[in-house]
Amino acid sequence: MSLNQMTAHQLHQLMVNKEVSAEEITTAVYKRIDAVEEKVKSFITLTKEQALETARNVDKQIAAGEKLSPLAGIPVAVKDNICITGVSTTCASKMLADYVPPFDATVIEKLNAVGAVMVGKTNMDEFAMGSSTETSTMHTTYNPWDTDRVPGGSSGGSAAAVAADQCIVALGTDTGGSIRQPAAFCGVVGIKPTYGAVSRYGAVPYASSLDQIGPLTKDVTDGALMLNAICGHDHRDSTSAQYDVPDYTKYLENNVQGLKIGIPKEYMAAGLGANVRQVIEGAVATLANLGAEVEEVSLPHIKYALPAYYLIATAEASSNLARFDGVGFGYRDTDADDILQMFIKSRSEGFGEEVKRRIMLGTYALSAGFYDAYYLKALKVRTLIKQDFDQVFEKYDLILSPTTPTPAFKVGENIDDPIKMYLQDIFTSSVNLAGVPSICLPCGFVDGLPVGMQLIGKPFGEGTMLRAAYTFEQNTEFHRQRPAL
Amino acid sequence: MTKWEAVIGLEVHVELKTNTKIFCNCSTEFGGDPNTHVCPVCLGLPGTLPVLNKKVVEYAVKAGLALNCEIASYSKFDRKNYYYPDLPKNYQVSQFDLPIAKGGYLDIEVGGETKRIGIHHMHMEEDAGKLVHQGTIMASPYTLVDYNRGGMPLVEIVSEPDMRSAEEARAYVEKLRSVIQYTGVSDCKMQEGSLRCDANVSVRPVGTTKLGTKTEIKNMNSFKALQRAVEYEIERQIEVLEDGGKIVQETRTWDEAKGITISMRSKEEAQDYRYFPDPDLVPVVIDEQWVKELRDGLPELPDSRKARYVEQYSLPAYDASVLTAIKEMSDFFEEVLDYFPQPKVVSNWIMGDLSGLLNANQQELTDSPITAKQFAELLKLIDQGTISGKIAKTVLEEMVATGKEPATIVKEKGLVQISDEGELTKIIEEIIANNPKSVEDYRNGKTAAIGFLVGQTMKATKGKANPGLVNKLLKEKLQ
Repeated sequence: MSLNQMTAHQLHQLMVNKEVSAEEITTAVYKRIDAVEEKVKSFITLTKEQALETARNVDKQIAAGEKLSPLAGIPVAVKDNICITGVSTTCASKMLADYVPPFDATVIEKLNAVGAVMVGKTNMDEFAMGSSTETSTMHTTYNPWDTDRVPGGSSGGSAAAVAADQCIVALGTDTGGSIRQPAAFCGVVGIKPTYGAVSRYGAVPYASSLDQIGPLTKDVTDGALMLNAICGHDHRDSTSAQYDVPDYTKYLENNVQGLKIGIPKEYMAAGLGANVRQVIEGAVATLANLGAEVEEVSLPHIKYALPAYYLIATAEASSNLARFDGVGFGYRDTDADDILQMFIKSRSEGFGEEVKRRIMLGTYALSAGFYDAYYLKALKVRTLIKQDFDQVFEKYDLILSPTTPTPAFKVGENIDDPIKMYLQDIFTSSVNLAGVPSICLPCGFVDGLPVGMQLIGKPFGEGTMLRAAYTFEQNTEFHRQRPAL
Repeated sequence: MTKWEAVIGLEVHVELKTNTKIFCNCSTEFGGDPNTHVCPVCLGLPGTLPVLNKKVVEYAVKAGLALNCEIASYSKFDRKNYYYPDLPKNYQVSQFDLPIAKGGYLDIEVGGETKRIGIHHMHMEEDAGKLVHQGTIMASPYTLVDYNRGGMPLVEIVSEPDMRSAEEARAYVEKLRSVIQYTGVSDCKMQEGSLRCDANVSVRPVGTTKLGTKTEIKNMNSFKALQRAVEYEIERQIEVLEDGGKIVQETRTWDEAKGITISMRSKEEAQDYRYFPDPDLVPVVIDEQWVKELRDGLPELPDSRKARYVEQYSLPAYDASVLTAIKEMSDFFEEVLDYFPQPKVVSNWIMGDLSGLLNANQQELTDSPITAKQFAELLKLIDQGTISGKIAKTVLEEMVATGKEPATIVKEKGLVQISDEGELTKIIEEIIANNPKSVEDYRNGKTAAIGFLVGQTMKATKGKANPGLVNKLLKEKLQ
């Protein structure tokens, strides 16, 4: 096994034992990037020099006999909507093609503090709007399992980079499933933490009340290590929760005895591909055999989750993206005759089709006369969905569901059919509306393509979620399979 | 008697005097080179998030309490979406349906009558930046943006349409400023824009209750401008209506130089701000106990201070309201009394000569070097007969200019009053000899003629003669 194929916890052990240096790991990762990037196209920007410098600093620490943080010297790929000082942050948009932020996102500060190595910025759907990474203005990313297929989205570049061993771990953002859906398509572990568990400071917002930064990793243990590093209150984010962050590795226990898991019947109904259903049922059986108590539950309002999600997300997006007007930063049309034309032209030329579609949807949903019928109604639905989850969680520790209705689809297959594309988020968006945490992990294959299972936890119940995921992983081999690139 | 009645409502923006901006740690200091008091947050750089400054809430609550408002235990911030180049995010973080304070009032006095003006609500919001044009806005080849002001904390105080004249509008804003200044949450300097006011004006036939079409007037930089602008607008609207025209709902700007209001933009199609709760900020939940503490900590406000002056110092109501209108003035008055406990004398000198002098120099009391103790010393010098009232005016002028002790000025300039009868008698005899006509007039019963002779005596002594003594001696000599 080459270094870049390993997990963070394996590499940490090697570094602690002085069997390998951080620089060697980083070099291995860039070697892999050189080898497969042409086929996968996970990255927008690479930061090799800085990465090697960080790695060398970690090696100095090792040489000095300092205690090593679990993520020190570990190569991390960062979704291109998370700000790193001095590194371009494009959001895969022409609008921000030349934008270089003067500050670090809080998650970057935290990862820097533990000596993690930033290898580069990954491709994504433009402004995180999409489910296939095809709306990126930069280029399309391909699924490492089948390069005719999409990696999912919007954190498709991060998921593909982890799956293709171009990095060890990655950061993504999840607004309606944007970490979990690509994790499912690429056969990696993706975690959407509880809303407020991870600071959003420095993540270019799509929909503020739904967005959450989370990790994409090769296994559950690395997911726990990443949560340890990035969770916690941040005084720069008002929506950041004040809570005691536990050591999530403490939950990595091979035991689901007595865990009560609910399977929402609405999610297993028609609409779910038969082959995916089969895989999920197999996973449920595995957990049951390991001692979990599995029962069917109901989330009666879940059928309204997707429309409510698309109303709330686009409404917030229409406002969040208003700052891209050609005045302060980003793309500006220079031919306009007056200020209004400059706004209009800059935005018409700077944004892609999907972004414009969502801005218009959101503007409409918030406009006078429609606010009550759409936005306000969606907020009410959101409350009902939250109550559905609360109710189930009174009796159950976790909810299990498929992550996506199908495995990865082909490039171009859905791009001209927005509604079909939006249906990709059908099992994931309710989690963001409710603000609860959820993990996606590989649970089987259909025609050689990975299938993901989603475990949803109580608010700040990441620990229980990790425990169940870890147990499943320890008793199955799906996460060990690598794509043949 | 006019057959038209004006209906006026005011929206007053007050900048709060916190050290840092409403959602970031940038300085709120006035001035500074363009774009030096800015950071990624107040520039609205993508990925930045606002964090509410608790001091802003504290100041807003204080202002709300002083304006007799009810403080909301639960309020929230909303986004007001509109495009403007001085608005970094193209939405303004403001409060919409759940403002921090509601339902207050202010009592104003116009023409000796007290009138209560309702306050609909007060909300918190961030200020926008400033556009700098080269020359006029229309001819400027480019526009520069200064974001130093972006993110400054504001409260907007929205009155009920309870005012009926420009005079009332002015009295309301003056009273508002006075009350807010007392609380110490803002310095309310109109010239620096820390108090800005927009007026909504409409007219209707006397006796009707339906509101006429209103216009909104902006850009009034002084109380005088506010009064003139509203007066002008009322007249303009009446004229349009009497000529059979219609008032267009629009925003108008006050042109100070021309003394007219000019149409800025039509508001026929109402702007759709697409307000919605700001998802980056959590609701503002205010503890009752905290409100109580802030209420208990409020200083004595102008109305009760005024009442106390009438009661405690037996001052006329007019004096009491002038003295208490500005907190610094009022504080100064009370401090002077500590050294010189003659309220009416102190009041006369503050309201008269001191205020006149400061106004002439366009100075605030706080800008002048004069201390309460020095001022009291001056009054003592008059009281003791060391200097005359007239000389005192000269001394005061010097004090305001230099901050010197009054006794020092009197000594340096040789201004000590002449109260020596022998010295004065000599001078008076000379005056009598030189002015036979006036002497004769006086002796023929024109008693007023003595005034001229007193004047001549004062002139001869450069104002230093003790006027009482001069009068007495003159009368004796003329017998």
